[in-house]
Amino acid sequence: MTDKIRVVIAKPGLDGHDRGAKVIARALRDAGMEVIYTGLRQTPEQIVATALQEDADAVGISILSGAHHFYFEKVISLLKEKGAEDIIVFGGGVIPDEDVPDLIAMGAGAVFGPGTSTGTTIDWLKKAVAKDE
Amino acid sequence: MSVLSSKILNGDVRGIARAISIMENKTNRTGVSEAEELMKEIYPHTGNAWIIGITGSPGSGKSTLTDKLIEQFRTEGKKVGVIAVDPSSPFSGGAILADRIRMQRHSDDPEVYIRSLGARGALGGVSNGTRETSLILDASGKDIIIIETVGVGQSEIDIMRIADTVCVVLVPGLGDEIQIMKAGIMEIADVFVVNKADRDGADKVARETRAMLDLLKNKDWIPPVVLTIAEDGSGLPELVSKIDSHKKFMHDTEAGIERIERRLNSEVENLLLSRLVVRAWQLWGENKSNRIKDMLELKTNPYAIVDEIIKNI
Ligand code: B12
Ligand SMILES: Nc1nc2c(ncn2[C@@H]2O[C@H](COP(=O)(O)OP(=O)(O)OP(=O)(O)O)[C@@H](O)[C@H]2O)c(=O)[nH]1
Ligand SMILES: [Mg+2]
Repeated sequence: MTDKIRVVIAKPGLDGHDRGAKVIARALRDAGMEVIYTGLRQTPEQIVATALQEDADAVGISILSGAHHFYFEKVISLLKEKGAEDIIVFGGGVIPDEDVPDLIAMGAGAVFGPGTSTGTTIDWLKKAVAKDE
Repeated sequence: MSVLSSKILNGDVRGIARAISIMENKTNRTGVSEAEELMKEIYPHTGNAWIIGITGSPGSGKSTLTDKLIEQFRTEGKKVGVIAVDPSSPFSGGAILADRIRMQRHSDDPEVYIRSLGARGALGGVSNGTRETSLILDASGKDIIIIETVGVGQSEIDIMRIADTVCVVLVPGLGDEIQIMKAGIMEIADVFVVNKADRDGADKVARETRAMLDLLKNKDWIPPVVLTIAEDGSGLPELVSKIDSHKKFMHDTEAGIERIERRLNSEVENLLLSRLVVRAWQLWGENKSNRIKDMLELKTNPYAIVDEIIKNI
């Protein structure tokens, strides 16, 4: 048996839309994962510290405010700084399609916007974590 | 000494994080030896931290209290570790670990380490790796370790085997005052916290708890009852001072030392039990299908098989 997958679901900045984050958190739990939910208004430093302390396999960022460039970049670079680039960064929320390639180029694993079935996210995450081991 | 052990002793966050996961996953792995070797290496470096258990009904304010306790201990310059246990889903085995939300302002304080654990089917209010997790945090140099149990009813009392000081959190309006009289949770309290003291009925809960404690006059330690409002921090300095008095009691009196001895006894008993079970299952597994066939053909019986397994342990 492999170890349980642990995922941090984080809401950075002032963005108060938390429905999507909660939907994803529940879906991942129902897929057997341990989900550490940070709650709202997190700084990138808090998100990265949480991921390290919790021995997370992945950090999922939920953003609907439009500030995705800034937060993805910051979280990914802080993880690198801590020697933790093995932790997968992915996310979702209201993120225009044309912005996704940029986020992937920064090092994000995948971005799942509105309307993606949670099953797609779960399958992707399980594969990404397995590949990482 | 292994690389991982040195990382723990140096307070390396990723090393600590990994070690805790190894303890949490130990029953998942083919052998428990990796986990046990690690514990043997770090155990001599433990014993410095004071371990505080916070237990009580769901929603009684355990996480909010923990957040305020971290603040109190940090102003005293102490290094703090937190272990927050939440229930796992019995259906998927997954969990949403959300205690941490209320403590997030401390998450990027380098002297605070917060770890969320899923109970993973354990029924005693903590996970199977919680004891080891507290030892790892102890060895990493924390002065104080706070363990928040899952929201408990009456009989989830494993925290008493792990914590040095157990705080039982009561709140007005849950009928707690009657419940605690019949519950096992009463016997494990070193300090009673009546939280949500801003609500009606808190004084009554405190009064009834004290009245009940009066019946235990000849106890060596009469648990104090502290009123708190975790939301705004009222009563927290008093709570910390009661925890301190209890620590003194445990260190300086014969009754306290006796309790520590009882804890060590049960730690060995538990370890022994879990090792024996693993070993016995292994031995049974080795030749299981043949033995079942033999039983079917009446060549042997369950009692004889168990005798044989026990002999080989
Ligand atoms: C409901 C809603 C609100 C509610 C939020 C309630 C709550 N607690 O969440 C309220 C009314 C409070 C609100 C307020 C505001 N809102 Co609003 N809101 C919406 C709305 C209509 C729906 C969002 C929603 O809940 N969808 C349902 C959930 C389940 O979907 P989701 O979040 O997209 O999540 C899915 C995926 O994106 C993905 N996902 C999400 N997170 C993650 C994370 C990971 C790791 C993964 C893998 C996947 C994933 O999976 C989910 C399931 O498929 C959207 C419009 C829209 N159609 O998206 C606007 C919208 C997000 N809001 C918007 C705005 C501007 C605001 C306000 C600033 C309005 C104002 N001027 O006051 C405020 C800001 C509040 C704040 N503090 O942030 C804009 C944002 C514009 C932008 N990005 O540039 C939007 C896009 C509307 C618009 N078209 O202009 N809002
Ligand atoms: N009125 C009042 N509310 C409080 C107080 N302390 C905590 N709360 C609220 O009680 C609710 C539960 O608080 P938590 O700290 O999450 O309780 P908990 O015991 O950790 O909950 P579980 O971990 O889910 O069992 C939250 O809405 C808090 O804001 C208090 O002193 N007074
Ligand atoms: Mg809690």
